[in-house]
Amino acid sequence: MGPYILRKLLIMVPSLLGISVVLFTVLALAPGDPFEELATNPNVPPAVRAALRASLGLDDPVWQRYVHWLSAMLQGNWGFSFVSRINVDTLIWQRLPVTIVVIGASQILALLVALPVGVLAAVKPYSWFDRIASTLAFIGFSLPTFFTGLLFILFFSIELGWLPFVFRADISATGWEWWWEHIKQSIMPVAVLGLAQAASWMRYVRSSVLDVIRLDYVTTARSKGLSERVIITKHVVRNALIPVVTLIALQLPQLFGGAIVTEQIFRIPGVGSLLIDAILRNDTPVIMAVTFVLSALVILFNLMADIVYGWLDPRISYR
Amino acid sequence: MAGSTPASAIAEPLGKSSGGVSLWAEAWRRFKRHRMAYWSLWVLGLLVLAVLAGPFIYKVGINEIDFQARLAPPSSKHPLGTDDLGRDLLARVLYGGRISLAVGFAAMVVAILVGVTIGAIAGISRGWVDAALMWVTDLFLSLPQLPMLLVLTFFFRDSMKAVVGPEVGIFVLIVVVIGGFRWMPAARLVRAQFFSLREKEFVEAARALGASTQRLVVRHILPNSLGPVIVAATIDVAAAIILESTLSFLGLGFPPDIPTWGRILFDAKDYLDIAMHWSLFPGLAIFVTVLAISFIGDGLRDALDPRRVM
Repeated sequence: MGPYILRKLLIMVPSLLGISVVLFTVLALAPGDPFEELATNPNVPPAVRAALRASLGLDDPVWQRYVHWLSAMLQGNWGFSFVSRINVDTLIWQRLPVTIVVIGASQILALLVALPVGVLAAVKPYSWFDRIASTLAFIGFSLPTFFTGLLFILFFSIELGWLPFVFRADISATGWEWWWEHIKQSIMPVAVLGLAQAASWMRYVRSSVLDVIRLDYVTTARSKGLSERVIITKHVVRNALIPVVTLIALQLPQLFGGAIVTEQIFRIPGVGSLLIDAILRNDTPVIMAVTFVLSALVILFNLMADIVYGWLDPRISYR
Repeated sequence: MAGSTPASAIAEPLGKSSGGVSLWAEAWRRFKRHRMAYWSLWVLGLLVLAVLAGPFIYKVGINEIDFQARLAPPSSKHPLGTDDLGRDLLARVLYGGRISLAVGFAAMVVAILVGVTIGAIAGISRGWVDAALMWVTDLFLSLPQLPMLLVLTFFFRDSMKAVVGPEVGIFVLIVVVIGGFRWMPAARLVRAQFFSLREKEFVEAARALGASTQRLVVRHILPNSLGPVIVAATIDVAAAIILESTLSFLGLGFPPDIPTWGRILFDAKDYLDIAMHWSLFPGLAIFVTVLAISFIGDGLRDALDPRRVM
């Protein structure tokens, strides 16, 4: 297992470099100038402006700027937010935990829904349960997250008045009260993200269980007299999950898209809403850092998927 | 093979199909057996007809302001109600549908063209070309899609506007950017198809007859690898419609004077408590369109890619 993880870690390096090149090129090609404000300010003489640009290396060739930027990033110097006037890394560390908690909880919810429903649907294919579950799955992934979010707000907050629809980070209550308030305001965002995710996972689980369930070794297990429960959980699901893990890993980049949308709808102060604010205010260092952090997270989760893969299918780790 | 579970509800045992029918007629027959897909085709057809012909029949301007009827619920005068400036929502939803559907189809064409080209080049040339192209594909697959879309549309919006005018500029930009982030599945599919097809006897036969590589690809391999690509293309249309709506919903897609479905939702979301019809109708329009396209994709998968497992 050790060498396997190490090899995967080494593969991460060129991917991260590639992503950083793509990001840097996009921002270097972008017409917006971070010095626009200075350029239009009549109090700054052109000579001063030119000297300032030269001192910050803005007139250097692109590749030189890239090397400078990369070495600064590696040293942990992520720059300074133009708008918030604090260091970008502090800003991101403030926002990241909320996003990770909401995404994590929604993934757990998705797994808890998709796995049993998908397996049950595949055990009795084309039964009523399967038909209903498959139709609901279709509806689930045809509903865009922003619309489900609005529908949830409409129903649970406005009609029923059960749940708050604005996420508050500064809840004054303590102890149990604090936890209760946080859980209450997280239910809707987590449900919106998790159910959308569960809809597509359920189909993956169903079709890959269908591929496995009639194989000979399952028949063997059955003829040994094992209970149906043991056959499904120990023999079928573990093998069926191997392709599912790959598909889930492939879908991860889209997960952050969903997170951005839900954070925007429910006004959760996470990295997604930070990115939107930064884009709207042309806050280049923040945009750069947030997109880079999100890409790095995607690659990290891919690594985790590879490790899970190795655990599910021991043949892989020896290769 | 593996047991007796058919890959889909409409799959049938091999050898039962009637002879003498062309491949497309056979596919159409199988497609019709998938009832949801068949009805979805009708729904989508009606939707396309409505957004194309609707504005000619329902002659209410999308920017006609009527302060007498602000935030009015659906009535005989305004079938879907009005927004905060008293503009008729039916007219706006119909107009927005044109843009949303056009973006969906155009972005799909971009994604499939890029994907098929890259997949075909990677699939026919072994060695470092293939490795490099697949590395790029994997790189694009691990870029976070929506953040990149947001950044790109925001940064290049003004320069595109300057080149081809405000409306066309945004349209082209959004189509290219969405297409540019959706080509990877098609590329992988085509490459995988090429790998298995180029070893088949009929390709071998064509090569023995002296066909050039170009002719082999265009005439023999590519047409045979299109089945899964058509399915992927259908899914791409749905994904592109959702992506465009998401961009507009976040306020970073089309400008306010072009009411796409996502943009109407963006404007409506702050009036959820007093005018829910405003956000309900464009949201339903997106939902119905995407659902219909997803079902059609499912039906096409069964019709074109039938794993008729015995």
